[in-house]
Amino acid sequence: MNILVCISQVPDTTTKISVAPDGKSMDATGVKFILNPYDEFAIEEGLRLREKHTGTVTALTVGGDNAKEILRTALAMGADKAVIIKDAAKADSFTIAKSIADYASSINPDIILLGRQSIDHDSFQMASTLGGLLSIPSISVVSKLEITGTVVSAERDVEGGKEVLEASLPIVISAQKGLNDPRYPKLPDIMKAKQKPIEEITPAAITARVDVVAMDIPATARANKVVGDTDADIAEFVRLLHEEAKVF
Amino acid sequence: MKKVLVLVESKGTELKRSSYEAITAAHSLGVPVVGVALGSGNGVATAGEYGLTECVVAEHALLNGYSSQAAAKAIVQIAQSEGTDVVVIAANSTGKELAPRVAVLLNAGLLADSVAITNNGGTIHATRPVFAGKARQTVKAATENVVVTLRPNVFTPKKAESQATVAVRTQNVTLDDTDRKVVVKEIIRNEGKLDVLEADIIVSGGRGLKGPENFHLVEALASKLGAAVGASRAVVDAGWRPHNEQVGQTGKTVSPSLYVACGISGAVQHLAGMSSSKVIVAINKDKDAPIFKVADYGIIGDVFDVLPKLTTKVGEITGKN
Repeated sequence: MNILVCISQVPDTTTKISVAPDGKSMDATGVKFILNPYDEFAIEEGLRLREKHTGTVTALTVGGDNAKEILRTALAMGADKAVIIKDAAKADSFTIAKSIADYASSINPDIILLGRQSIDHDSFQMASTLGGLLSIPSISVVSKLEITGTVVSAERDVEGGKEVLEASLPIVISAQKGLNDPRYPKLPDIMKAKQKPIEEITPAAITARVDVVAMDIPATARANKVVGDTDADIAEFVRLLHEEAKVF
Repeated sequence: MKKVLVLVESKGTELKRSSYEAITAAHSLGVPVVGVALGSGNGVATAGEYGLTECVVAEHALLNGYSSQAAAKAIVQIAQSEGTDVVVIAANSTGKELAPRVAVLLNAGLLADSVAITNNGGTIHATRPVFAGKARQTVKAATENVVVTLRPNVFTPKKAESQATVAVRTQNVTLDDTDRKVVVKEIIRNEGKLDVLEADIIVSGGRGLKGPENFHLVEALASKLGAAVGASRAVVDAGWRPHNEQVGQTGKTVSPSLYVACGISGAVQHLAGMSSSKVIVAINKDKDAPIFKVADYGIIGDVFDVLPKLTTKVGEITGKN
């Protein structure tokens, strides 16, 4: 099975975000970057599919040189190959998806795995955009995956429950928490991963389809009316919710 | 901007609330609006209350049973025959799969998971939370066609001054078997439980509850409010509560009218999943807990003391069990 896992590097969740001087992007000064948490499930699922069906796991990212760090993590976990598509200066989700789709067309994967969302831009669009560009099916937010021959059976989280879906390879799958328990890379594998080659690809020029007009930090306009825990406080609190906020 | 196509989804004899929200948001752009329903026009007539005057029902046997490929292709065909240049879709689990495919087929920019949209001299500006809600971006499409998805529960459906009659027409679309490669075999409902994604009020519990055996305190308040029960990551990881209740970055993103956080400290991962709630209430014994920074109302106190009293007081007003 030819398995392509797309991963991304994102700011650590607890990082304080500030706006860069351009007023449109994040100031990366002093920001700690990590492997997108959902992508760990995608890598793990790729490795498990290889263990079951044999094949090759290629880890792919789009970014600058510092994004090679997450490819080393994927290699240490067990990926066979790592590829970086050098980021164009002005990338949006579409240009990233298109450059991944172009690469995927060159290696014809049976399955493309990725995290359900990257926690920086949170736009949930990569799996379906890739599916659309490659004209293959896609299933998002998958918490259970079974592949027999070319038949794909998946469960995905929806409002109020789960959908059980059936499809066939080739397919794009985005991973939800619960799909598996990602392994921790072992120290010798981390050391070995440092020596492994990373293939570099320069993407074709692709025009962005979405422009950022501005970015800002929203002020919290919350009332912050905090009371104590006496009976009178609780009575007042319930009154505020009922009469002032009118929430029930 | 010429005309907006808005996807409406039926739920029994009505439309999903997110569809009424989408209709309201579409009207706010100040250009003509036409609805599109897939496979059946059930519930479309109710959209007249929200001012929708026209709706096209796309018909094809392959539209029965959801498939994002077939649905996207149908929407695009209707967009082209109606001459619309904007498509508005709710960012629910269906819309999140569907919208990117519509955007690919229309060569359109996708403004995803928007929480506000405006018509800025003919160009849509959309505001969307980024970096777990710690920042927000205003974005616009660089393309002629635009696809916008709307975060559910953020836009308030607005009733029209006088109820409109929806002129419904059906239109056949062209699809073939290659457009339906994903088939829904079964839908497993979380029976008897209100889902956090569908609830207007959510009462969530965290580590402050000290153990799964104490969640009845959260459930009791939830039932008095007609609310869904949510949970923090810590208690889901500890196995106290099922993953489908988890609110936060690795769980569900919710925007209810009221979010009550009980014994939840408010780690940034949790805030990412609920900070766009309309009213946030926190109950925590640590006055310095970060949850209070985003709370509209709070009680500094032990959940074991506060919740039973609060539940009784709330019950006196709502009369619910």
